[in-house]
Amino acid sequence: MKLVRLKAIAWKEFIQIGRDPRSLLLAISIPVFLLLLFGYALTLDVDRIPTVIYDLDRTPRSRDLADHFLRSKYFQLQSIAPNYSHLQEMLDRGQALMGLVIPSNFSRDLELNRDATIQVLMDGTDANTATIALGYASAITLLYSQELLLQKMNRLGAGKISPPIEPRIRIWFNPDLESKNFIVPGLIAVIMAILAAILTSGTISGEWERGTMEQLISTPIRNEELILGKLIPYFAIGMLDLSLSVAMGKFLFGVPLRGNGLLLFSLASLFLLGAICQGVVVSIVTKNQLLSSQISIILSYLPTFMLSGFIYPIANMPKLIQFITYVVPGRYFVAILKGIYSKGIGLEILWIEALLLAIYASAMTFWAYHRFKKRID
Amino acid sequence: MEERTNQGWAVEIEQLVKKFGSFTAVDHISLKVKRGEIFGFLGPNGAGKSTTIRMLCGILTPTSGNGKVGGFDIYRESEKIKQNIGYMSQKFSLYEDLRVEENLDFYSGIYRLSKEIKGSRKEWALQMAGLKDRRSSLTSTLAGGWKQRLALGCAILHEPSILFLDEPTSGVDPLSRRRFWDLIYEMAGKGVTVFVTTHYMDEAEYCDRLALINQGRIVALGTPAELKTRYMPEAVWELETDHLIDSLQALKESQRFSEVAVFGNALHVVAKKGEDLSSFIPSILAGEGIPPKRLEQIEPSLEDVFVSLIEAEDQENGGNK
Repeated sequence: MKLVRLKAIAWKEFIQIGRDPRSLLLAISIPVFLLLLFGYALTLDVDRIPTVIYDLDRTPRSRDLADHFLRSKYFQLQSIAPNYSHLQEMLDRGQALMGLVIPSNFSRDLELNRDATIQVLMDGTDANTATIALGYASAITLLYSQELLLQKMNRLGAGKISPPIEPRIRIWFNPDLESKNFIVPGLIAVIMAILAAILTSGTISGEWERGTMEQLISTPIRNEELILGKLIPYFAIGMLDLSLSVAMGKFLFGVPLRGNGLLLFSLASLFLLGAICQGVVVSIVTKNQLLSSQISIILSYLPTFMLSGFIYPIANMPKLIQFITYVVPGRYFVAILKGIYSKGIGLEILWIEALLLAIYASAMTFWAYHRFKKRID
Repeated sequence: MEERTNQGWAVEIEQLVKKFGSFTAVDHISLKVKRGEIFGFLGPNGAGKSTTIRMLCGILTPTSGNGKVGGFDIYRESEKIKQNIGYMSQKFSLYEDLRVEENLDFYSGIYRLSKEIKGSRKEWALQMAGLKDRRSSLTSTLAGGWKQRLALGCAILHEPSILFLDEPTSGVDPLSRRRFWDLIYEMAGKGVTVFVTTHYMDEAEYCDRLALINQGRIVALGTPAELKTRYMPEAVWELETDHLIDSLQALKESQRFSEVAVFGNALHVVAKKGEDLSSFIPSILAGEGIPPKRLEQIEPSLEDVFVSLIEAEDQENGGNK
């Protein structure tokens, strides 16, 4: 390999990228746009569920129960329904996700030591949100019942009583259970994958289409000089975008980076190298820019988005799909990102993922080098 | 740069064949090109000119046959060939989004020119292409002739001993074409072998030797003078008259000649060799009351040779090609 040729190729690519406003704009706007979109808009937190209350009892007791719901940050009063049809309409129109109906004999039943019932109506269209909201509603009802029970027993003179088991829950890694703390790190993998696919798709195929490749392959240039020279600029852009993403995560979203930043960058560079070379291979094989970018996006962006555990937990996928995720490099990168970001763990735990990424990167580099032929046929 | 000097031929190919599926683009071509020669490859579009040149440059694998360029085998030593040749493809193939200078710098990097000669070669190429004042223009803004000369400059930065030019002047204005050929002569004068394809007849006249190629086969091979005499199966007569179109009509209607065509301000009448038309043509014209001004047998132009050879060959192959 001759450094002069490597330099000539890399410099030429840099100039071309610099003169093409579209690719520069893409390189900057993709990470910013995706981070803003996902960081702000995509929140998986379920809180301030719009609630409508239909209180037929209208007693201090029934108002106390409703208060328990509304005091938590999970439910927000949308309106007090004057009749049942109003409640129904609110749910129909999607102005409320939950309806709480307190029947007229609620407090009397309680006074008489009969089982009192309340009705919770839930909009189950979004099954995920409904399940979570239902959990909150049950927990609040249970807590309230417990309170009532204790009050009653105390009144009966049973002395100071407390529940036999009280869970002391501590949530690790993401104590506030904030979505952005796990979305932003995973998103870095998606950003790297989509950038690598878009930027590299035209690099070889474009030269074939414009005819410049024919001139280039009539020179003594060697495969490794051409491929490596073309990788350098895209790798540099990828690392720049990685820094941009990490910086936005830290300063804009306040996502804590608990682990080693250097380790994060080194392992990210493995994934980036693999993804770029994968794009180059597609570009070599197709010899067509449009086809190449479409295949590249399907091959890298989609799996990294859907099958990496970025948003959709792998453990919840059907067995067959879970099996497929093992060949998605994004899976290992997402695990690494989440591990370093949230858990602050290092290579002592992540070495398998790191090793697999290293294998991915070297296999793709080798493939790109071998797949390129200095021949037209 | 490695070079085998003890070889007399710059290019030698033998029974070279290239098939694309069932289509035979190059059909058993054999030829030899001397060092320092301007060798022309003349033929209609799709005759197999580009395909042959690509195989010689080591960027297309032949289906069968043998070939050597600069003494290196086109199958096994294509990378060595690439060190010793300059190639200009038919389509402009420099980077349009790079400046003139950047394209030259790029190729001087690719050809690993030493620091000492890099600057002088670049200045030489700019001078040769007449681009000294436009060195920082984007290549896409150059007109056709300039683009061609820049492409030539990039292809010969490393001073190759053999130069392959594939239709270097197509789509270029006549003045630039002329200038381009001056450059080719200059190069040949320095001992560079120039292998050039063209479909311009006037350009073919500039070549030391020519191969006429049609449908992948060589139809004729020799110096322009040889082609006009030895290979021409028919004789050409030139007729000057004041009634060009009437004469054309009359001679065509007689159905005695293989071709009658307007050539400038005269008519070219193609007939069998050895036939004396000096009184026959006037007798036909006399029937129409047209007096001939001048009538003589002339040396056929390359175009005459080309057309009659290819027509003869096509007729042999069934005539309806």
